[in-house]
Amino acid sequence: MVFGRSSRKKRPVEPVTLKILVAGGFGVGKTTLVGAVSEIRPLRTEEALTEAGRPVDDTAGVESKKTTTVAMDFGRITLREDLVLYLFGTPGQDRFWFLWDELAQGALGAVVLADTRRLEDCFAGIDYFERRGIPFAVAVNCFDGAARYPAETVRTALDLDEGVPLLLCDARDRETVKEVLIAVVEHALARSADRRQTATT
Amino acid sequence: MSEAGQQGSPHWFDDEAGPVVRPYAMTRGRTSSASRHRLDLIALVVTEPAADDPGRDQTLAPEHVEIVELCSETPQSIAELAAGLDLPVGVVRVLVGDLVEDELVHVTRPVPPAELPDESILREVINGLRAL
Repeated sequence: MVFGRSSRKKRPVEPVTLKILVAGGFGVGKTTLVGAVSEIRPLRTEEALTEAGRPVDDTAGVESKKTTTVAMDFGRITLREDLVLYLFGTPGQDRFWFLWDELAQGALGAVVLADTRRLEDCFAGIDYFERRGIPFAVAVNCFDGAARYPAETVRTALDLDEGVPLLLCDARDRETVKEVLIAVVEHALARSADRRQTATT
Repeated sequence: MSEAGQQGSPHWFDDEAGPVVRPYAMTRGRTSSASRHRLDLIALVVTEPAADDPGRDQTLAPEHVEIVELCSETPQSIAELAAGLDLPVGVVRVLVGDLVEDELVHVTRPVPPAELPDESILREVINGLRAL
Protein backbone atom coordinates (compact mmCIF):
# COMPACT_ATOMS: atom_id res chain seq x y z
CA MET A 1 0.00 0.00 0.00
CA VAL A 2 1.28 3.40 -0.90
CA PHE A 3 0.77 6.12 1.63
CA GLY A 4 -0.04 9.18 -0.36
CA ARG A 5 -2.17 12.10 0.50
CA SER A 6 -4.57 9.86 2.35
CA SER A 7 -2.29 9.91 5.36
CA ARG A 8 -2.17 13.67 5.30
CA LYS A 9 -5.25 13.88 7.45
CA LYS A 10 -5.69 11.89 10.62
CA ARG A 11 -8.40 9.33 10.01
CA PRO A 12 -11.15 9.59 12.63
CA VAL A 13 -11.62 6.81 15.17
CA GLU A 14 -14.55 4.56 14.50
CA PRO A 15 -16.45 4.20 17.74
CA VAL A 16 -18.61 1.28 18.72
CA THR A 17 -22.21 2.50 18.73
CA LEU A 18 -24.91 1.17 21.02
CA LYS A 19 -28.50 2.12 21.59
CA ILE A 20 -31.01 2.12 24.40
CA LEU A 21 -34.68 2.65 23.68
CA VAL A 22 -37.00 4.81 25.73
CA ALA A 23 -40.62 3.72 25.55
CA GLY A 24 -43.75 4.89 27.30
CA GLY A 25 -47.07 6.56 26.69
CA PHE A 26 -47.64 9.86 24.99
CA GLY A 27 -46.49 12.81 27.07
CA VAL A 28 -44.82 10.73 29.75
CA GLY A 29 -41.52 12.54 29.32
CA LYS A 30 -39.50 10.39 26.92
CA THR A 31 -37.92 13.30 25.11
CA THR A 32 -37.30 15.08 28.39
CA LEU A 33 -35.48 12.03 29.69
CA VAL A 34 -33.36 11.81 26.55
CA GLY A 35 -32.58 15.51 26.81
CA ALA A 36 -31.51 15.22 30.44
CA VAL A 37 -28.48 13.09 29.61
CA SER A 38 -27.84 13.74 25.93
CA GLU A 39 -24.84 15.85 24.96
CA ILE A 40 -26.82 17.20 22.06
CA ARG A 41 -30.26 18.74 22.11
CA PRO A 42 -32.58 15.82 21.26
CA LEU A 43 -32.77 15.54 17.50
CA ARG A 44 -35.78 14.56 15.55
CA THR A 45 -35.71 12.25 12.61
CA GLU A 46 -38.60 11.15 10.50
CA GLU A 47 -39.30 7.85 8.89
CA ALA A 48 -41.72 7.61 6.01
CA LEU A 49 -44.51 5.18 6.69
CA THR A 50 -44.16 3.69 3.24
CA GLU A 51 -41.07 1.88 4.45
CA ALA A 52 -43.35 -0.41 6.42
CA GLY A 53 -44.20 -2.61 3.53
CA ARG A 54 -45.34 -0.97 0.37
CA PRO A 55 -42.29 -1.55 -1.77
CA VAL A 56 -42.78 0.76 -4.70
CA ASP A 57 -44.79 3.91 -4.55
CA ASP A 58 -43.94 6.61 -2.13
CA THR A 59 -47.05 8.59 -1.37
CA ALA A 60 -45.54 10.62 1.43
CA GLY A 61 -46.93 14.10 1.36
CA VAL A 62 -49.88 13.22 -0.81
CA GLU A 63 -52.16 12.35 2.05
CA SER A 64 -52.18 14.38 5.20
CA LYS A 65 -48.55 14.75 6.20
CA LYS A 66 -49.09 13.82 9.81
CA THR A 67 -50.20 10.33 8.96
CA THR A 68 -47.37 9.50 6.60
CA THR A 69 -44.33 10.20 8.67
CA VAL A 70 -43.46 9.31 12.19
CA ALA A 71 -40.94 11.17 14.27
CA MET A 72 -38.37 9.71 16.58
CA ASP A 73 -36.42 11.80 19.03
CA PHE A 74 -32.95 10.76 19.92
CA GLY A 75 -29.90 11.85 21.83
CA ARG A 76 -26.25 10.91 22.04
CA ILE A 77 -23.84 10.24 24.89
CA THR A 78 -20.17 9.88 24.03
CA LEU A 79 -18.91 7.64 26.80
CA ARG A 80 -15.42 7.46 25.38
CA GLU A 81 -13.82 8.43 22.15
CA ASP A 82 -14.53 4.93 20.89
CA LEU A 83 -17.85 4.21 22.61
CA VAL A 84 -21.04 6.10 21.82
CA LEU A 85 -24.48 5.46 23.25
CA TYR A 86 -27.61 6.63 21.46
CA LEU A 87 -30.97 6.98 23.15
CA PHE A 88 -34.09 6.66 21.02
CA GLY A 89 -37.53 7.69 22.15
CA THR A 90 -39.94 5.25 20.53
CA PRO A 91 -43.06 6.59 18.87
CA GLY A 92 -45.85 6.20 21.37
CA GLN A 93 -48.67 5.06 19.15
CA ASP A 94 -49.28 1.35 18.75
CA ARG A 95 -49.67 1.62 15.02
CA PHE A 96 -45.98 2.32 14.73
CA TRP A 97 -44.95 -1.08 16.03
CA PHE A 98 -43.02 -1.78 12.86
CA LEU A 99 -40.66 1.01 13.75
CA TRP A 100 -40.08 -0.47 17.15
CA ASP A 101 -38.88 -3.64 15.48
CA GLU A 102 -36.25 -1.74 13.60
CA LEU A 103 -35.24 0.24 16.66
CA ALA A 104 -35.18 -2.81 18.89
CA GLN A 105 -32.82 -4.69 16.61
CA GLY A 106 -29.45 -4.70 18.27
CA ALA A 107 -30.63 -2.57 21.18
CA LEU A 108 -28.67 -2.99 24.36
CA GLY A 109 -31.79 -2.54 26.44
CA ALA A 110 -34.76 -0.32 27.07
CA VAL A 111 -36.33 2.03 29.56
CA VAL A 112 -40.08 1.94 30.00
CA LEU A 113 -41.10 5.27 31.39
CA ALA A 114 -44.30 5.18 33.45
CA ASP A 115 -46.65 7.76 34.87
CA THR A 116 -48.60 6.47 37.86
CA ARG A 117 -51.61 8.51 36.81
CA ARG A 118 -51.78 6.57 33.54
CA LEU A 119 -50.02 3.36 34.32
CA GLU A 120 -51.80 1.45 31.59
CA ASP A 121 -49.95 3.52 28.96
CA CYS A 122 -46.77 1.60 29.59
CA PHE A 123 -48.23 -1.91 29.40
CA ALA A 124 -47.61 -2.11 25.68
CA GLY A 125 -43.93 -1.32 26.10
CA ILE A 126 -43.41 -3.82 28.89
CA ASP A 127 -45.21 -6.47 26.90
CA TYR A 128 -43.14 -5.76 23.82
CA PHE A 129 -39.75 -6.02 25.50
CA GLU A 130 -40.75 -9.07 27.55
CA ARG A 131 -41.82 -10.97 24.47
CA ARG A 132 -38.66 -10.12 22.59
CA GLY A 133 -36.35 -10.81 25.48
CA ILE A 134 -34.90 -7.32 25.49
CA PRO A 135 -33.60 -6.32 28.93
CA PHE A 136 -35.50 -3.35 30.28
CA ALA A 137 -36.03 -1.33 33.43
CA VAL A 138 -39.19 0.52 34.43
CA ALA A 139 -38.70 4.11 35.50
CA VAL A 140 -41.59 5.88 37.21
CA ASN A 141 -41.48 9.53 36.29
CA CYS A 142 -42.39 11.42 39.45
CA PHE A 143 -44.20 14.42 38.07
CA ASP A 144 -44.75 17.30 40.40
CA GLY A 145 -48.10 16.83 42.00
CA ALA A 146 -48.55 13.28 40.83
CA ALA A 147 -49.57 10.93 43.58
CA ARG A 148 -46.50 9.00 44.73
CA TYR A 149 -46.73 5.32 45.31
CA PRO A 150 -44.12 3.07 46.85
CA ALA A 151 -42.11 1.22 44.22
CA GLU A 152 -43.47 -2.10 45.41
CA THR A 153 -47.05 -1.03 44.80
CA VAL A 154 -46.20 -0.03 41.25
CA ARG A 155 -44.30 -3.28 40.71
CA THR A 156 -47.32 -5.28 41.78
CA ALA A 157 -49.64 -3.22 39.64
CA LEU A 158 -47.43 -3.86 36.62
CA ASP A 159 -46.93 -7.52 37.49
CA LEU A 160 -43.22 -7.24 36.78
CA ASP A 161 -40.86 -10.17 36.87
CA GLU A 162 -38.67 -10.17 39.93
CA GLY A 163 -35.45 -9.37 38.14
CA VAL A 164 -36.76 -6.31 36.31
CA PRO A 165 -35.43 -3.15 37.94
CA LEU A 166 -37.98 -0.53 38.91
CA LEU A 167 -36.83 2.94 39.82
CA LEU A 168 -38.39 6.24 40.68
CA CYS A 169 -36.94 9.08 38.67
CA ASP A 170 -37.35 12.63 37.56
CA ALA A 171 -36.99 12.70 33.78
CA ARG A 172 -35.61 16.24 33.98
CA ASP A 173 -32.87 15.32 36.40
CA ARG A 174 -29.62 14.13 34.89
CA GLU A 175 -28.51 12.18 37.95
CA THR A 176 -31.66 10.11 38.34
CA VAL A 177 -31.77 9.45 34.60
CA LYS A 178 -28.17 8.25 34.77
CA GLU A 179 -29.21 5.85 37.53
CA VAL A 180 -31.99 4.52 35.33
CA LEU A 181 -29.65 3.91 32.40
CA ILE A 182 -27.09 2.23 34.64
CA ALA A 183 -29.85 -0.03 35.99
CA VAL A 184 -30.77 -1.06 32.43
CA VAL A 185 -27.20 -1.94 31.50
CA GLU A 186 -26.57 -3.75 34.80
CA HIS A 187 -29.72 -5.75 34.19
CA ALA A 188 -28.52 -6.60 30.68
CA LEU A 189 -25.17 -7.65 32.13
CA ALA A 190 -26.79 -9.86 34.77
CA ARG A 191 -28.98 -11.51 32.16
CA SER A 192 -26.03 -12.11 29.92
CA ALA A 193 -24.11 -13.71 32.80
CA ASP A 194 -27.13 -15.91 33.62
CA ARG A 195 -27.36 -17.07 30.07
CA ARG A 196 -23.71 -17.95 29.93
CA GLN A 197 -24.05 -19.98 33.11
CA THR A 198 -27.01 -21.97 31.86
CA ALA A 199 -25.16 -22.58 28.64
CA THR A 200 -22.14 -24.09 30.39
CA THR A 201 -24.02 -26.27 32.86
CA MET B 1 -54.02 32.06 8.88
CA SER B 2 -54.24 34.45 5.97
CA GLU B 3 -57.52 35.96 4.89
CA ALA B 4 -57.32 34.14 1.61
CA GLY B 5 -57.15 30.88 3.54
CA GLN B 6 -60.20 31.76 5.58
CA GLN B 7 -62.17 32.34 2.45
CA GLY B 8 -61.48 28.76 1.61
CA SER B 9 -59.62 29.35 -1.62
CA PRO B 10 -57.39 26.39 -2.42
CA HIS B 11 -54.07 28.19 -2.16
CA TRP B 12 -51.23 26.97 -0.07
CA PHE B 13 -48.51 29.26 1.08
CA ASP B 14 -45.03 28.65 2.39
CA ASP B 15 -44.73 25.52 4.48
CA GLU B 16 -48.34 24.56 3.93
CA ALA B 17 -47.46 23.72 0.37
CA GLY B 18 -45.06 21.02 1.56
CA PRO B 19 -41.38 20.75 0.74
CA VAL B 20 -40.33 22.41 -2.49
CA VAL B 21 -38.51 19.28 -3.57
CA ARG B 22 -40.16 16.00 -2.73
CA PRO B 23 -37.75 14.00 -0.58
CA TYR B 24 -37.49 11.01 -2.86
CA ALA B 25 -36.80 13.22 -5.86
CA MET B 26 -33.30 13.50 -4.40
CA THR B 27 -32.90 9.78 -4.81
CA ARG B 28 -34.38 9.85 -8.30
CA GLY B 29 -37.32 7.90 -7.00
CA ARG B 30 -35.33 5.07 -5.50
CA THR B 31 -36.52 3.88 -2.11
CA SER B 32 -33.74 1.39 -1.50
CA SER B 33 -30.09 1.28 -2.37
CA ALA B 34 -28.10 -1.37 -4.15
CA SER B 35 -26.15 -2.34 -1.06
CA ARG B 36 -27.33 -5.54 0.49
CA HIS B 37 -27.50 -4.42 4.07
CA ARG B 38 -30.18 -2.16 5.41
CA LEU B 39 -28.26 0.53 7.21
CA ASP B 40 -28.97 0.68 10.90
CA LEU B 41 -29.95 4.02 12.43
CA ILE B 42 -26.80 3.98 14.53
CA ALA B 43 -24.49 2.78 11.78
CA LEU B 44 -21.72 5.35 11.43
CA VAL B 45 -20.77 6.82 8.08
CA VAL B 46 -17.00 7.25 7.83
CA THR B 47 -15.38 9.05 4.92
CA GLU B 48 -12.70 7.36 2.83
CA PRO B 49 -9.50 9.14 1.79
CA ALA B 50 -10.94 9.45 -1.71
CA ALA B 51 -13.64 11.72 -0.31
CA ASP B 52 -11.14 14.46 0.54
CA ASP B 53 -12.06 16.06 -2.73
CA PRO B 54 -15.75 15.31 -3.27
CA GLY B 55 -16.03 17.98 -5.96
CA ARG B 56 -14.14 15.82 -8.40
CA ASP B 57 -17.07 13.47 -8.80
CA GLN B 58 -19.50 15.32 -11.04
CA THR B 59 -22.27 12.77 -10.57
CA LEU B 60 -22.77 13.67 -6.93
CA ALA B 61 -25.85 15.61 -5.91
CA PRO B 62 -25.52 18.48 -3.43
CA GLU B 63 -26.99 16.22 -0.74
CA HIS B 64 -24.25 13.65 -1.36
CA VAL B 65 -21.60 16.31 -0.97
CA GLU B 66 -23.28 17.56 2.18
CA ILE B 67 -23.20 14.09 3.71
CA VAL B 68 -19.51 13.71 2.90
CA GLU B 69 -18.78 17.09 4.42
CA LEU B 70 -20.75 16.36 7.59
CA CYS B 71 -18.95 13.05 8.07
CA SER B 72 -15.44 14.18 7.25
CA GLU B 73 -15.01 15.90 10.61
CA THR B 74 -16.47 13.18 12.77
CA PRO B 75 -18.31 10.05 11.67
CA GLN B 76 -22.06 10.55 11.84
CA SER B 77 -24.82 8.03 12.39
CA ILE B 78 -27.60 7.59 9.85
CA ALA B 79 -30.03 9.05 12.40
CA GLU B 80 -27.87 12.13 12.93
CA LEU B 81 -27.51 12.69 9.21
CA ALA B 82 -31.27 12.46 8.74
CA ALA B 83 -31.84 15.00 11.49
CA GLY B 84 -29.02 17.25 10.32
CA LEU B 85 -30.13 17.30 6.70
CA ASP B 86 -33.81 17.32 7.64
CA LEU B 87 -34.44 14.37 5.35
CA PRO B 88 -36.37 11.15 5.98
CA VAL B 89 -34.19 8.26 7.10
CA GLY B 90 -35.13 6.32 3.98
CA VAL B 91 -33.72 9.04 1.74
CA VAL B 92 -30.48 9.21 3.72
CA ARG B 93 -30.09 5.44 3.44
CA VAL B 94 -30.28 5.63 -0.35
CA LEU B 95 -27.86 8.54 -0.58
CA VAL B 96 -25.35 6.89 1.75
CA GLY B 97 -25.72 3.70 -0.27
CA ASP B 98 -24.64 5.66 -3.37
CA LEU B 99 -21.59 6.97 -1.56
CA VAL B 100 -20.65 3.49 -0.37
CA GLU B 101 -20.86 2.28 -3.93
CA ASP B 102 -18.62 5.13 -5.08
CA GLU B 103 -16.20 4.16 -2.31
CA LEU B 104 -16.29 7.64 -0.86
CA VAL B 105 -17.49 6.41 2.53
CA HIS B 106 -17.84 3.18 4.42
CA VAL B 107 -20.36 2.33 7.06
CA THR B 108 -19.63 0.67 10.39
CA ARG B 109 -21.71 -2.33 11.35
CA PRO B 110 -23.15 -1.91 14.83
CA VAL B 111 -22.93 -4.78 17.28
CA PRO B 112 -24.57 -7.75 15.57
CA PRO B 113 -28.26 -7.81 16.45
CA ALA B 114 -28.36 -11.52 17.18
CA GLU B 115 -26.12 -11.21 20.19
CA LEU B 116 -25.95 -8.64 22.91
CA PRO B 117 -22.68 -6.77 23.09
CA ASP B 118 -20.19 -8.73 25.11
CA GLU B 119 -19.92 -8.27 28.82
CA SER B 120 -16.76 -6.22 28.75
CA ILE B 121 -18.49 -3.61 26.60
CA LEU B 122 -21.47 -3.55 28.96
CA ARG B 123 -19.12 -2.94 31.87
CA GLU B 124 -17.47 -0.12 29.99
CA VAL B 125 -20.87 1.42 29.33
CA ILE B 126 -21.73 1.27 33.03
CA ASN B 127 -18.41 2.85 33.97
CA GLY B 128 -18.83 5.49 31.31
CA LEU B 129 -22.31 6.39 32.55
CA ARG B 130 -21.11 6.59 36.16
CA ALA B 131 -18.35 8.95 35.10
CA LEU B 132 -20.69 11.35 33.29
